[in-house]
Amino acid sequence: MSFNATRPNLLAAPGVAWLVAFMVVPCVLVLSYAFFQRGVWGGVEYTFTLENFARVLDPLYAKIFLNSARIALTATVVAILIAYPAAYAISRAPRMSQPILLFFAVLPFWSNYLIRTYAWIVLLNREGLINNLLRWLGYTGEPLSMLYTESAVITGLVYNYLPFVILAIYSTLSRLSPELMEASRDLGAGPIRTFLRVTLPLTLPGVAAGGVFVFVLSIGNFVTPALLGGGRFQMVGNLVYDQFLTANDWPFGAALGAALILTMIALLLLQARATAHASGERKGEAAQ
Amino acid sequence: MNASSNPILRIEGVGKAFGPVTAVDNVTLDIRENEFFALLGPSGCGKTTLLRMLAGFESPNAGRILLEGKDISPLPPEKRPLNLMFQSYALFPHMTVRQNLSYGLEMERLDKAVIRRRVDETLATTDLTQFADRKPEQLSGGQKQRVALARALVKRPKVLLLDEPLGALDKKLREKMQLELKRMQHEASITFIIVTHDQEEALVMADRMAILRDGRLLQVGAPEEVYERPADRFVANFIGVMNFIEGAVGADGLFRAEGLEVKATGNAGPATLAVRPENIVIGPPGDQPVSGAIVDIAYHGLDRVLHVKTAATATPLQVRIPASGAGNWKIGDALSLKIDPAKCRLFQSIKRGTPCPRPLHSSRKRPSARR
Amino acid sequence: MNASFSGKLPGRIVLLLVFGFLYLPIAVLVLLSFNDSGLPTSWSGFSIRWYGALLANTDILRAAGNTLIVAVFATVISTVLGTLMALGMETRRRKSNGLEALAFAPMVIPDIVLAVALLTFFSRLGLAMGLHTIVISHVIFDLAFVCSVVRARLKHFDFSIVEASRDLGASGWTTFWRVTFPVLLPSIVAGSLLAFTLSVDEFIIAFFTAGAGRSSITLPMQIYSMIRFGITPEVNALATIVMGVSATALLISQWLNREQQVP
Repeated sequence: MSFNATRPNLLAAPGVAWLVAFMVVPCVLVLSYAFFQRGVWGGVEYTFTLENFARVLDPLYAKIFLNSARIALTATVVAILIAYPAAYAISRAPRMSQPILLFFAVLPFWSNYLIRTYAWIVLLNREGLINNLLRWLGYTGEPLSMLYTESAVITGLVYNYLPFVILAIYSTLSRLSPELMEASRDLGAGPIRTFLRVTLPLTLPGVAAGGVFVFVLSIGNFVTPALLGGGRFQMVGNLVYDQFLTANDWPFGAALGAALILTMIALLLLQARATAHASGERKGEAAQ
Repeated sequence: MNASSNPILRIEGVGKAFGPVTAVDNVTLDIRENEFFALLGPSGCGKTTLLRMLAGFESPNAGRILLEGKDISPLPPEKRPLNLMFQSYALFPHMTVRQNLSYGLEMERLDKAVIRRRVDETLATTDLTQFADRKPEQLSGGQKQRVALARALVKRPKVLLLDEPLGALDKKLREKMQLELKRMQHEASITFIIVTHDQEEALVMADRMAILRDGRLLQVGAPEEVYERPADRFVANFIGVMNFIEGAVGADGLFRAEGLEVKATGNAGPATLAVRPENIVIGPPGDQPVSGAIVDIAYHGLDRVLHVKTAATATPLQVRIPASGAGNWKIGDALSLKIDPAKCRLFQSIKRGTPCPRPLHSSRKRPSARR
Repeated sequence: MNASFSGKLPGRIVLLLVFGFLYLPIAVLVLLSFNDSGLPTSWSGFSIRWYGALLANTDILRAAGNTLIVAVFATVISTVLGTLMALGMETRRRKSNGLEALAFAPMVIPDIVLAVALLTFFSRLGLAMGLHTIVISHVIFDLAFVCSVVRARLKHFDFSIVEASRDLGASGWTTFWRVTFPVLLPSIVAGSLLAFTLSVDEFIIAFFTAGAGRSSITLPMQIYSMIRFGITPEVNALATIVMGVSATALLISQWLNREQQVP
């Protein structure tokens, strides 16, 4: 290759410049707001303070944070519990049909998020399809109010992010040599012990990648709680939204955003560890 | 080789087909206790499928597999007292060497102290003690190979199955490990069944060997038996180097080809004479009955292989002579040669055991099972 | 093969349930879009009148137009920048962790955070917001996706063919257009289709960077305002069209990039 040392940097420069100017700088800017006071009329007053971070830990907001974490965690666990068997079944399907099955598992992920969420309004509404179905089956009581509940929010999150989790788990499953499972059987482990001691530990990176993805996107989500929770369920995403668009408390919104990003980074690091463990790398451990 | 000649493992009329393709065709074979047995054949001959049926990863369409007289065909792999050493080694990447070795014993629900002792013993005999706490990723190819072997041996199986165990190693290491494997087999007194496509490896290591082609068993015997008395033309060609001379057996019982006559027993009709390069005697022109000329000389260390053009064959005959006696021969020299009738084989063109042309099955394998 | 190895039935049941879960809600929407009454309560006959109503709805048409403008501009810019960045990153001698993080960040950063950051940034600059600010914002994640798709192709790219071309006497420029570019083209098109789909569907960032006023409302924003207050029959028809377009784009993208499956 006749590329000299500066050529690659030159090629990457415009993209890098764009990302630095419109992603790094704005993020640093907004996060720096977290250290300033809110102006009397909204806006920002440039006096240094840590008060905004203290407010994040205020019981009122900490509760919302923990509550969103709980909802996000539930969605994550449910998504993994559904995605794992699905990914496993796809990885066991005939070689030829695996890409097709995978394609159709991921396809909904690329259709509009709002529309996919809206579909659940249609299904869960008091006048929605499920209530109609129940009535048709002979149910005569009050229509069930399934919409605007926590379960509706969780269902929506799981539904929207499931394809990605299937993809992440499938990609580790498909890279797993079938001979490892055979070796386990050969050494005397039945199918269940083989799954628990070989298959599962080796596919944890996929589970972690999918799980972190669902959790991060769920905890910062504001569309699903707004549409399926009817605004009754404040999640961190909604809180940030409110600080910027209604309460006009940008410094506090910035502090909340910082908390979100820190959570995300912590989870990504955790995921990297899980990946390193399964691939047999040992980081930070004594070599003895 | 060993005191007992009882078969520990009996393969009885075993057959396996994948859809329309027959991978293993009615194979019957006895494997004796404590012997080092090689399943040899070109790729796609069914040897790996046969091994996988012994281990329990494929179930035969026909026949039975008896271990010490008991039919094990219905048992799943984990219930069979046989262990397989995988070609890819299949070491668990998330476990250390020690954990890999302990795994199989934990499955037997043995006492922790017992597991520790047996693993330590096996680590010592396989020279792995210092690597006990490493993960497979931190090992060299040869070390991984030893861990794979140790992991199977520590279970003290009745029969150890080895699928191309040395395939991934370089030539030097492979030759060293061939002897190492033999030593371990001897010390552990376990029956070894090795699958290989390398005839040299089988000749070096095996007490007895079976040659397969297109799923069918062609010949079973000790290495010298197979080398000296190959059952058919395919085996003759597959094992070692062989010269083939096309010709015919006359009414007088003599095999004749262009400019060549050998006393061989056979029925009158077309025939092929097979002779090893070391069984051809050469001399100066006119000294021996067949005349020829040297077209090439290949140096092989201790000996040399002369390629000799004669009237009898289209491709030059290969003649192996000790390097010490080869000093004077040069390319282009004329010479004469003689074939020892006692040391050659005659294959009649239409003959029992001659493999009939069948489609090769090499492409048909469980796709997921290979590498 | 033992029963436990070939037990295909549980797998099929799992797949049936999961695919049912994934596609039933979508199927219901599509079906409803052809329901004359437009309501999920009863089927009152096949009709395409909601599609007709869409065409008569000027708000939706304008939003669709805006979305198209944003998506086309963002796709073109991000395809060029993303491809160059991929080439730059894959031809570097040493991997740069900072560069890797920069290219990865747009795909994982919570979009609400990016959205408020951009809102803060644009308002701090005193920049009037509109379609152009949405384009600027969309290029951020679009370019990251284009870059990652093209890089995946470059990982399997045999750079010796570039050397061969130079050896045969072609200049660096000719080599790029005659050798490198044609090999990369399918992945570049696949990446740009992906970027287009992402841009068409993106809501949160557009919502924050569109500025005030109705003139720069995009389709997802229009949909959001329609569905916040329950079921609107026109949305069913709109949803069907949008999903059809996305699915087609993804199908083409996958098909173009299919060789990548085989290393």
